[in-house]
Order: sequence, then C-alpha cells, then structure tokens
Amino acid sequence: MTDAAHVPGGGPHDPALKRPTLDERRLRRRYAAERRFKAYGVAAIAIAMVALVWLLFSIVAQGYQAFVHTHIKLDVFFDAELLHPSGRNTPESLAGANYGAVYKKALRDRFGDVKKRRDRRSLYALLSQGAEDDLRDMVLADPSIVDTGQAVWLTASDHVDMLVKGKIERDRPERERPIKDRQLAWIDALMADDRVETRFNTRFFSSGASREPELAGVWGAIMGSIFTMMVTLLLSFPVGVGAAVYLEEFAPRNRWTDLIEVNINNLAAVPSIVFGLLGLAVILNFFGVPRSAPLAGGMVLALMTLPTIIIATRAALKAVPPSIREAALGIGASKLQVITHHVLPLALPGILTGTIIGMAQALGETAPLLMIGMVAFIVDIPTDPLSPATVLPVQIYLWSDMPERSFVEKTSAAIMILLAFLVVMNAVAIYLRRRFERRW
Amino acid sequence: MSPLSLIVALLALSVFAYYFGRRRAFAMAGGRSRSLHSRPGYYGAYVALWCALPALGVFALWLLAQPGVIESIVVSALPEAVRGLGPDRMSLLLNDIRNVADGTFPASAAAPHVAEAAARLNRLDATGKGALAALALTLALAGLVFARSRVAPALRARNQVERTIDILLIACSSIAILTTIGIVLSLVFESIRFFGKIPFFDFVLGIEWSPQTALRDDQVGSTGVFGAIPLFAGTMLITLIAMLIAVPVGLLSAIYLSDYADLRVRGAVKPVVEILAGIPTVVYGFFAALTVAPLFRGLGESVGLDVASESALAAGTVMGIMIIPFISSLSDDVMNAVPQSLRNGSLAMGATKSETIRRVILPAALPGIFAACLLAVSRAIGETMIVVMAAGLAANLTANPFEAVTTVTVQIVTLLIGDQEFDSAKTLAAFALGLVLFVITLAMNVVALHVVRKYREQYD
Repeated sequence: MTDAAHVPGGGPHDPALKRPTLDERRLRRRYAAERRFKAYGVAAIAIAMVALVWLLFSIVAQGYQAFVHTHIKLDVFFDAELLHPSGRNTPESLAGANYGAVYKKALRDRFGDVKKRRDRRSLYALLSQGAEDDLRDMVLADPSIVDTGQAVWLTASDHVDMLVKGKIERDRPERERPIKDRQLAWIDALMADDRVETRFNTRFFSSGASREPELAGVWGAIMGSIFTMMVTLLLSFPVGVGAAVYLEEFAPRNRWTDLIEVNINNLAAVPSIVFGLLGLAVILNFFGVPRSAPLAGGMVLALMTLPTIIIATRAALKAVPPSIREAALGIGASKLQVITHHVLPLALPGILTGTIIGMAQALGETAPLLMIGMVAFIVDIPTDPLSPATVLPVQIYLWSDMPERSFVEKTSAAIMILLAFLVVMNAVAIYLRRRFERRW
Repeated sequence: MSPLSLIVALLALSVFAYYFGRRRAFAMAGGRSRSLHSRPGYYGAYVALWCALPALGVFALWLLAQPGVIESIVVSALPEAVRGLGPDRMSLLLNDIRNVADGTFPASAAAPHVAEAAARLNRLDATGKGALAALALTLALAGLVFARSRVAPALRARNQVERTIDILLIACSSIAILTTIGIVLSLVFESIRFFGKIPFFDFVLGIEWSPQTALRDDQVGSTGVFGAIPLFAGTMLITLIAMLIAVPVGLLSAIYLSDYADLRVRGAVKPVVEILAGIPTVVYGFFAALTVAPLFRGLGESVGLDVASESALAAGTVMGIMIIPFISSLSDDVMNAVPQSLRNGSLAMGATKSETIRRVILPAALPGIFAACLLAVSRAIGETMIVVMAAGLAANLTANPFEAVTTVTVQIVTLLIGDQEFDSAKTLAAFALGLVLFVITLAMNVVALHVVRKYREQYD
C-alpha cells in the first residue's frame, strides 16, 4: 500500500490510485441508488398488495350478486282441479301434484294475448323449475290455501336473473342473447308493475348441486366438507400429537428416529396430487374404501395434514421449559404422567393453533380429492362419511367449468364462503395464540 | 350394524371399562388406594385398553379383508361362461356388479347374472358386517372380563399401561414412514406396469403426447402415444414464468420488510402479504381462468399479438403471485440469520444500506436464497389446480408463453378423472407421471434442506 503512494507521478487525482473521493456527484449517485433500491422494495410490496386486492376485488365483484336472486310476483290461483284432477286431497297427492300447471296458468292469465304454442313456451321459460318447488312448499306448509288466490313471489329463471342484474346487455342483437325480444317485453311489463324484485337467495345456502344455476346451492358441498374435515381431524390429530410426543419426549436419537424425521420433512413438501395418487392406489383400490366418500377424502387429507400437525406440536412441546418436567419427575411422576399432566396441557394452545392451520389448509385442498372421485355430480346432501359427496373447493372447480353465465357468480359466491371459513379458522388460531401463549 | 356405530359402541364400552376397572381396584384395596401398586386410574386404563385394543385390531383387519373375500365368493358363484373372461373384462363386470349393488344403476336394467351377483354381494356384505359386530363386541367384553379378573393390588398396572402407550406412540410416528413407503410402492408398481406396455425411452424421450387409446381394437388411428417431453417442457415454461415474477417480487419485498420498513409497517404488511399463501389454489385457478387470462388476451389483441385464452403466461403469472409469500418469508428467515456483526461492519465502513444489502447480506445469504428458490420451484412444479383450470390440455412443444401448453399435473388429473378401467396404459401413465413428479420434487427438497442446514451451521 505504501509503495503505491511513491509511484512516480502519483497524486491525489491519479486514477490508478483508487482512493475514495467524497466528491458531491459520486455521493449523489450513491444516494440515488439507495433511493432506487428502496423504491424497488416498495414497488415489490405494492405488486403483492395489488395482486391480493385485485384477486379479492374481482371475486367479490363477480359474486356478490349471487346472494340475491330475481323473483317474479304472480297472482296464482291454487286450483284444486289443476293440482290433482282426480280430486283427492291427501298430503301424498299434494306432494306429487302438478304445480307447473298452476304457475303456467297464472302466466297465461297475466299475458292473455299469448296464444301460440312456441310463444307460450318462451313465456313459461321466464320462471325457473324451482317455481314449482316454491308453490309445493307453500301448499305443504298450509294445505288450506288450495282453491284460494294468492300473490306469490316465484323464482325466476337464470337468464331473467342475469338480465335483471345487468349481466345480459339489452342492446345486443337478439340472436346473441339468451333472452329474446318478446321475453324482454314481458319482463318490462312485469317490471312496470313492480312485479320483479331481487330477494335473498336462500336456495343457494340450502340446496345441493344442480345443472340449473338458479337451483344450485352450496349446502351439499359444505356438508361434504364438514364430514371430510371430521374424518381428517379424528385421524390426524391423535396420530400427529402422538407422533410428536414420541419424537420429542421419548425417542432415543438413532437411525430409526432420524429416518422418521427426514420422512416427515419430506412429506410436508410432496405435491398434494401425489397424495391423491396414493389415495387412489392404496385407499380406494387396495383397502376398498368407497369412491367419492368423505371417508376416503378425509384419510388422504389426514396424511397430508399430519406433517403440519407434527411439526407444530413439536415446536409447542419444545417451548415448555425443562424445569417443569424436572419438577414433576422430582416428586415421583412417571414420564407419561409428566407429559399428560403437565407438558401437554401447557403446550395445548400451540398444538391447537397448528392443528387449526393444518385443517384450514386441508379445507382448501382440491387436487388430491379429484383423484379419488369426489368430483362426481352429486345432487343429494350427504348424510354420513360414507355417502358420496363433494367438498367446497371441488364444487368451486366444478362450477367454474360450467358454461352458463350465472355459474360464474355462483362460483365466486362459493369462493367467498370458502374464504370466510378460512378467515374464521385463522382468526381462531390467532386468537388462541394471543390469548394463551406463554413466554417462559 | 354399520362400522361407524360399531366404533362408537366399542369406544363407549371402553369408557365404561375404565370406570369398571377403577371401581374394582378400589374395592380390592378396601377403599384405600395406598395399598395399590399404581394409582386407581391406571387399573381403569388397563381394563379399558384390554377392552378396546383387541376389538379394534380385529375390526381393522376384518374391514381390510372383507371386500376381497366377498369379491372372490361372488366371482366363484358367477355362471361358468362368465367366469372364463379375461382379467380386464372381469374387472369391468365387477364394477357393474358394484354399481348395481349400491343402487347407482337400477337392478332391473342389468343382465340377470349381474343383478343376481349384486344381490349376493349385498347379502354377503350385510352378513359380514353382522358377524364383525358380533365378533368385535364379544372380544371387547371378553377383554373386559379378563382384565377385570386380573385387577389386584399387586398388579403392575402402570408399567403395563405405559408400555402399551409407548408402543402406540411409536406406531403413530411410524405412519410417516408408512406413508412414504405407500407412495413409493404404489407409484413404482403402477409405473412398472406402465413401462411394460410403453417402453421407458419412448416415455422419457418422446415428443408427442396423445393418450387417447382406442375403445375397440378395430378403431383406426387412436393408439395412445406417450412421449412426455412436451409435458416437461410445458411445466418448465410455466414454472419459469412463475419464478420470474415470484423471485424478484418476493426477494425485494423481504429485503424491504426486514431492512427498511419500521416495525409498525412490517407488522401491518407482513400478515397481509402472507394472506396470499393462505388462499386455496382453486381460487387462484378461478382467478387465472376468468380474470387474468381474458385480460392478457385483450392486451395482446390491442397490440396485435395472438395470445391463447389458456396461455402459459396467465397460468404462470398467477402461480407467481401464489409463490410470492413463500419466497419472501423463506428469504426473510435466511437474511435474518446473517449475523448482525456483518451488517454493522459494512455500515461502519460508510456503505449505504443498499450497498450493505447488495454487497454483504445477499452474498452471505445466497445459499439460503438459492434453497428457498429451489423449494419454490418444487412447489410450482407440483402445483395442480391453477394449471388445471387455466392452462391447456393439448400438449404443444413450444417456448412461446402466449400459447397454450399443458403440464405434468394437468395430465395426471385429466387421465384419472372419470371412471375407467384401472389397467389401461392411459390410467397407468398418470402414475408414471406421478413418479417423475415425486422424484423431481423430492430431489429438490432434499438438496434445498441440505443447503439450508449446512448454511445454518455456518453462522450458528
């Protein structure tokens, strides 16, 4: 270094001598670089935030209208003749009666000038098949309304619903829209009469899957998810906690336990679809668990959730200070007593937090369930873990594939419901952690 | 009795056994628990374990064996002519019988021998479940009575109960290994069967993928071709796009949050970014298919580019968004692990913050960041729902991000959705693809975890 200073011709401005110069320009450049770098960071965070907001906004914007559905008010006469021409009036015959005829008659009465068969058919198409169910429910709830006239709000068809919600443009050429000009005129006439209204869509929360968008609901998928999660929880919680307790408290350090640990870490990173293949090959084809059943889905998801629960439980057990174990051992407790009486209760908040987070992941999981047949089209609400079912995320996947315009809003609404469940679960986990976490 | 109610009954019985055993122990000791070897609860647990474990074991074994046994009985009772069918036709026939038996198809529409076999299947199933219930309950009661007779003050109940629980805990922790073994065995066996039909090198090196096999042998032109290169290329393309978005955004936001943002901002922003990690992938898939893909298509049209509606770009972009929190939280950990002394040293030399980060912290954290990226890549390769919903089905061999490509996971899903016979090359191909996926992601994870561990040791 000192040699360099004595090189002939060397001076303070010699470029060969890389001495830091504190000249203004260089400093300004460095500060500008500093600000730029900081701006990159802000931009990166902004991108992530914008993506999140965009995602949530697009789903809410597409889906919030699914919670209401268009209804049409008609003056219906519950004509006993039309309901059951044979004249009997027992509850069974009322349940199986022809309610379609009743609302069709009401529509014909409202628009008396519609005579042609084809026109009548497109007139009837204003209402959904669900209108029959509406009428049946009314009559079954109160059979005395037979042979009386009532003003009734009936479920409109999905095209009418889309039109009223502004998702079918009126000024398109007639060939390109599902609502024809004549139907448009009828709807306008009804609207002028204040007979068209969007009302809260109870059917969306109470019914199962359907090919008709206005009849489709999430209840079947929610029940399927509940049964699947029950199976997952019952299998993965005891096994996961047991495994973690063994590895953390009992296991000697040897090859076998090392192998188990490596395995758990790797299982946590195996793609979920591979678990689906495992479920198909082993749980369905080898063990013969019924296809599409929440039992099979719950077993696959339990295997996937296991690493999460084990890792969280081990962290919670590690956080319990050794002095507690030593104190309990010192007054004569056995190892099992130390764990069940002292360590596990103290670690429980952490264990539960980890379990809830694992269950939230399992609730959102789709891919492995596609492999084991939970994609079947199932109309019935599942009643137990062995009946065929689908789950909420799979229902979202199925609906997103449907061609009808109004399934887009159903899908978005189902996503909102799924996200609401996840938010609640995570909030509970955060609450547990805040409320019960102890620092030693 | 359904298996579910049987389990409930067994559990109720063992709860009863617990109190029974405890009372018995008290009675034997004349009400003074001091003369007992163990605390009374242990005698209760002893009786309960004797009551529950043998019965549950038999229950599990029986349920595993029952379908196979019943099937062979049903097959052996089929008419002579039907039994001579090959294994493929036989499995189809069994499927029909099962469908009739559980009421999916009406029995009236089925052939008479199928309807009869289905009825037999249902009868045998009911008999089997009845016998199981009787056997399990008898065993539980026998265990209860036996254990109760053994209860005495000198019985070392605690030692026995604790040893049993020890074994149960070991069994719990071995399930992780069993799962891995199950994955490997199922993938390897089905893949071997697949490579028995399609040569290995045709699969790994072939550049054409069209898995449609003919339904009948005499149909023309549709023997499946299983060259997986287009799938690998498509997966790589989408993964590359995802990483191009996720790595800069994730890394820079981690840097900002750990080194620039004050605590308040960090506490507010970090959880929000992590929400991205908690959103189910099916939601991202819907977002990609219905919002992002049409947007890119429209943007492409406005500048005269032809963007496919299932472009790799849309799927890759959304996958990148999904992976951002993954990269940012992993690299945050890694950069926090760089010792503060390095930071302080650099700052003390007059370096600005960004110079410190770029010249000191990033080089020091590089192995960890590399591992984080590797984990993220393995995540992206294995991601299914986004590509199933937003990427294409046709196997194009292209590097153009505006075209539709397909991926390994998309093909696994499309090959396996729906009913089909289990030993066609088409179904087996899904397992071969699954094996490739498993091996690649496993290798990446092992390398990444190794790097992370080695790197941690360096600074600890």
